[in-house]
This record gives sequence, C-alpha cells and structure tokens, in this order.
Amino acid sequence: MTDSTDKNDIILRADGLHKSYRMGTTEVRVLKGVDLAVKKGEFVAIIGASGSGKSTLLHILGALDRPNKGVVKFEKRDLSQFSGGELNRFRNGMVGFVFQFYHLLDELSVLENVYLPAMTGRSVLGWFACRRWAKNRAGQLLAQLGLAERAKHKPYQLSGGERQRVAIGRALMNEPKLLLADEPTGNLDSATGNGILKVLERLNRAGQTVVMVTHDERIAQRAGRTVTLIDGKIGHKHTR
Amino acid sequence: MYKIIIPTRYLVKRRITYFAVMAVALCVFIVLVVMTVMTGLVTDFKQKNHRFAGDCVVGTKSLVGFAYYEDFVQWLEGADFVEGVSPVIKSPALIRRRSSERNSRVEIMGVDPVRHSRATGFGDTLYYHKDDVSKAFRPAYDPNLPGCILGIDLELQRGARSTYAYQASPAQVGYSISCLPLTAKGALAQAGTDVIDTKTFHYSDNSHSGLPRVDGSIVYVPFEQAQQLCMAGSEKRASAIHIRFQPDITPEEGCRRVAALWQRFRREKAGAALAYLLENVTVQSWKGYRRESIAPMEQEQTVMGVMFGLVAITTVFIVLVVFYMIISHKSKDIGILKSIGVSDFDVIELFSGFAFLVGILGSSIGLSAGWVFLVKINRIEDWLFERFGFQLWDRTIYAIGDIPNRVEPEVLVAIFLSAVAACLAGALLPSWQAARQRPAETLQVNQL
Repeated sequence: MTDSTDKNDIILRADGLHKSYRMGTTEVRVLKGVDLAVKKGEFVAIIGASGSGKSTLLHILGALDRPNKGVVKFEKRDLSQFSGGELNRFRNGMVGFVFQFYHLLDELSVLENVYLPAMTGRSVLGWFACRRWAKNRAGQLLAQLGLAERAKHKPYQLSGGERQRVAIGRALMNEPKLLLADEPTGNLDSATGNGILKVLERLNRAGQTVVMVTHDERIAQRAGRTVTLIDGKIGHKHTR
Repeated sequence: MYKIIIPTRYLVKRRITYFAVMAVALCVFIVLVVMTVMTGLVTDFKQKNHRFAGDCVVGTKSLVGFAYYEDFVQWLEGADFVEGVSPVIKSPALIRRRSSERNSRVEIMGVDPVRHSRATGFGDTLYYHKDDVSKAFRPAYDPNLPGCILGIDLELQRGARSTYAYQASPAQVGYSISCLPLTAKGALAQAGTDVIDTKTFHYSDNSHSGLPRVDGSIVYVPFEQAQQLCMAGSEKRASAIHIRFQPDITPEEGCRRVAALWQRFRREKAGAALAYLLENVTVQSWKGYRRESIAPMEQEQTVMGVMFGLVAITTVFIVLVVFYMIISHKSKDIGILKSIGVSDFDVIELFSGFAFLVGILGSSIGLSAGWVFLVKINRIEDWLFERFGFQLWDRTIYAIGDIPNRVEPEVLVAIFLSAVAACLAGALLPSWQAARQRPAETLQVNQL
C-alpha cells in the first residue's frame, strides 16, 4: 500500500539516463545511467563536482535536452514520446527554470520578464483576453518576492539577488508543477544566496516541487533530499 | 504578442539595427532616385521618338524611294483607323550657309508641314510657326522665298541650361542645299550640266524635337522641292509615309492593319512598271523605325535593371550580415525563449518580424528621403551650377531640360515591397540558424 502511494506520488522519474557529447574526435560521456525519482512536493538537491553532469541532468529532466539513452517520465508520461508542440507546452506550463546567470531579457522590464511565459504560451488574441490577469499575477509574484518597487526597472538596473528573484518569478508565472533550479545561488554572495534559498524553501513549504542543482554541500543540505552525482552516476542519497 | 514586443525592443535598443535600417534606407534611396531619373529620361526619349515618327512608318531605306505612294496614301486616308498620313522624302545632302564656304553633311526631309503635323508631332517642334504650320516654309522676311526649317542645333547654340537664344524672328539667311538626284533605277541623274542639284532655301524656322541626332542633322524643306531635288524621273516617288492612328487604336494593332493593307496594295500593283521598288518597303511601328536610337537606351535600362539587382543582393547581404551579428549576440535570448516553450517556428517568426520592422522603417526613411530629394533635384542642380558650375548632365551635350523627377506610385510600392522582401530574405538564414540552436547549449555557463 505504501509502495503504491509512493509510486503515485512520483512526479518525475528518470531511468538509465545516458548522455555523451562529442568534443572534437573524443566522445565525453557525461551521464552513465542515472536513475532518479522525484515525488510531488519534494525539494531535491542534486550535488556534484564541476563537470559531473548536474546541469546536463537538469536540462534533460526539463526537456531542454534529450538523453542518448534512458527515459524521463513526467507524471508517468514519457517525454521522448512528446511531439514538438507538446514539449513546448510542457516547458511553458509544467516546468519553470531558474538559471545560475538569471537569463533575463535585457530589453524587457522586470514585470514583462515575469509575465513573458504567459505571453509566449498564448496567441495575440489569447494574450489580449488574459493580459490583465497575467499582469496582476506577475505583480503579485514580484510583491511576494519583495520586488514590487522594481517592476518597471530593467534587469541591468537590479542587483544579482534581485535578478535571481525575478527569474524565480518568471519560473513560477504559469504555476508549474516542477521548479528546476540550476545553481541558483552560484553567482551570488552567501547572504544573497541565502535569501534565494529561503524563497525556494518557502515555495517548497507551499507545495512546490523543486529540483535544485548545486556544487555546494551546505546549500544542498537545505533541501529535503540530497542526491550526489559522481562520475555520471547517482552515488549517494541522503534524506533529511 | 511577444513576437511584436521583443522585435520592437530589439529595434529600439540595439544600436547595430540602426546600421541595418540605414543600409536599407540608403539602398532604397539610391534605387528610387536612379530609377525615377533614368526611367524618366528613357520614357521622355521614347516619347520624343514617338512624336518624331508618328505611330507607324511605311518606307524604304533605299535612296531611290518607292513609287505609287500617292495611291497608298489615298488608301490610308480612306481607312477608318488612320488619323493622319504624311509622305516624306529623305535624302543625304550638303548644306552651305550663303555667306560661308563650308559645306556640312545633313539629311533633308521633304514634308508637307500640315500633313506632317497631323501624322507626327512636327508642328509642336517649331518655334515661329507653332500656331500656323501651313506657313512654316514661308520666311517672315519674305514669304515668297522658298523656306527651310533647320534642326535647332544646326542654327542655334544650346545653352548651359538646355535653352536656346531665340531671336524675335528668324534671321535672314539663305542656305544652299545640294543633293544627288537619283532615277528610279538608282542611277545618278543629270541635273543641268552637273549630277549635283543645288537649290537655295531661306531660313524660316527651327525644329526642336529634343532628339540630338535629329536636331543636329535634319533640314526640313517643302515636299515637292525635295522631290525635285532628290528624285529624278517622271514617276513621283517618296521615301516613307508617316502615319498616326486614331486614339483608340494601339500602334501595334494599327501597324498590323497597315501591313495587311500594304500587302493588298502590293498585290494590286504587282504588274506596274515600278512595282520592283515596292519590294523593299517595310511597315514598321515607331519603335521599329527608331530602333537604332531606342535600342541603346533600352540596353541601358537593362543594365540599370541588373545594377538594381546587384543593389538588391547587396541589401540582402547587408541585412544577412547584420542579422547574423544580432542573432549571434542574442543566442542567450533564444535559449531563454525556448526554455519557456517558444518553438523553432516562433523563433523564426520573431526574427522575421524583426527583419520586417527593419525593412519597413528602412524603406520608409529611404523613400521619404528619396522623394524629398527628387522634388528638390532640379533646384539642387541649379544651386550646384550657380555655385560650382556643376551639372549632372552637361546640357551643352545632353538635350534634356529638367531632370525627370516624377515619382510613380507603383514604383514606390514596388521598391517598398522589394526592400521588405530583401530584408526578410536576408534574415531568413540567420533566423533559421537561430531556431536550430539547442537551448541547453546556448544557456550553458561556458557559452556566456
């Protein structure tokens, strides 16, 4: 009974993931059979040394990249079976990405960056129908993230921590079931990074599933579960 | 909506796009100005040739001419599609001003001024007798003297602004015109004691057709006088018949009907004594008749078309390079957009929208600037001439008045659409490459 409940709770499952890249004439094997399961509402930290394949794994889990071998299932659906349109809808509505370098569009304001996923997921008419809702939601997210006063600013006018909070707001805009964070504090000082982790913890407490990649063990310990990636394989698991 | 907002922001915020816009504007400006001026010159030149020749010419290049022309003129005058008919004598001749010892080679054209004005634009080319062409060969100083009309460049010097210093009335000048009269068989006829026949004509008017070769070489004399001077023998002959059709008849259609009529006429005259002279007579439209003059201009137009093609390719290349640079700088944005679910096709659309904006803005600026420049082109040229003595076309050499500057709406539309299409074409390859970028690669830390 417990096993069955556990299986039903799994939102994301990766089985036997392999990924290699070609660098000149050499083939670099990054992932060598990674298995991972993430339950709904879980906060999982994937930890590993630089070059261990953490980001590659995260990209594959979020359908930004494809594995050479293995399966990724999101809510029991195999991502490799998704059509191009389904993958785009998946990236737009089901997952939210937070990157180490924030990756905001410099030409858009903070508010526009946050509601961008709502805009890209709709046609012009669809956008006109929901733009008030989208702007309100983006405004609320910014308020929750303590950036209400910064809505009209451009990303380059913000500090690193503020930019990362904007990136989190953008990731949450379409209320994704899964939040994927790639070294979200990697480019921040420890105090600012701590603020970002608090935001992620707060989101997780509110029920948000979070998978975070980091190379810093202290940061990883803030997650509910830590998974260590060693030499392209899951080496060690630790649950708090 | 982001496909409108993001390209607009790229356009406004990225300084490199200003170069793309300016490149497009410059190309559009050049094409509009050169096309308007050159097309205007070619059109003007063709119209002048059309006015000179009429709609159709039935004639022969042989100096002997052809007989029975009066009968065919009657046929033509009876045809309902013909508005005017003018038989003409043409022959090379030597002309000498009475007070001078120097002979010049010219071509004489024997015409009936009234009939020729009805068949061609001859009447409008005259200066002193524009209102009454019937008196064109009557010198104002003595209407009883035989008159001649000189191509304007034979008598007057063209000024720096393509103007002539006309006198209030034609100067009292006599010209001796000498021809070699030919028999119907093509032999030189004895004219008095010599083979050369010379008559004296008195300057009565100028003809300014606007065609340098015509205005610099043709002397018009009365038809009968030319016939006596150049065509010996009892049977009257002419060199050509110029025809103007009714306004509702196109030159092509009219020429087709005249050709059919001519074939019938030839069959009818098949047994006549001088029927052999009809064999070399051709029916030509004004374009065919003036082909030697028009063809080089048309060739220039073709060369111009090729040059515009090169300008278009240059525009495409510039836009391609600029977009390639922009997209190279924007690979991170493409990764971000793809990470939030934007498809490959959406990326192509986004950058195509960007190219579309560059095209619209660039061609609008180019067309506006070109239009203003064309409106002012003659004033600019006048100013340059007054200040620096510079003229785009030296009017002492080129027989043009104002620089043509009439902008055709369809040309504007065509240039605008071509420029936008060139921008889209230039952006297509970089957009496609952008769409193919894998977000995982563009968002990698080592790619930043």
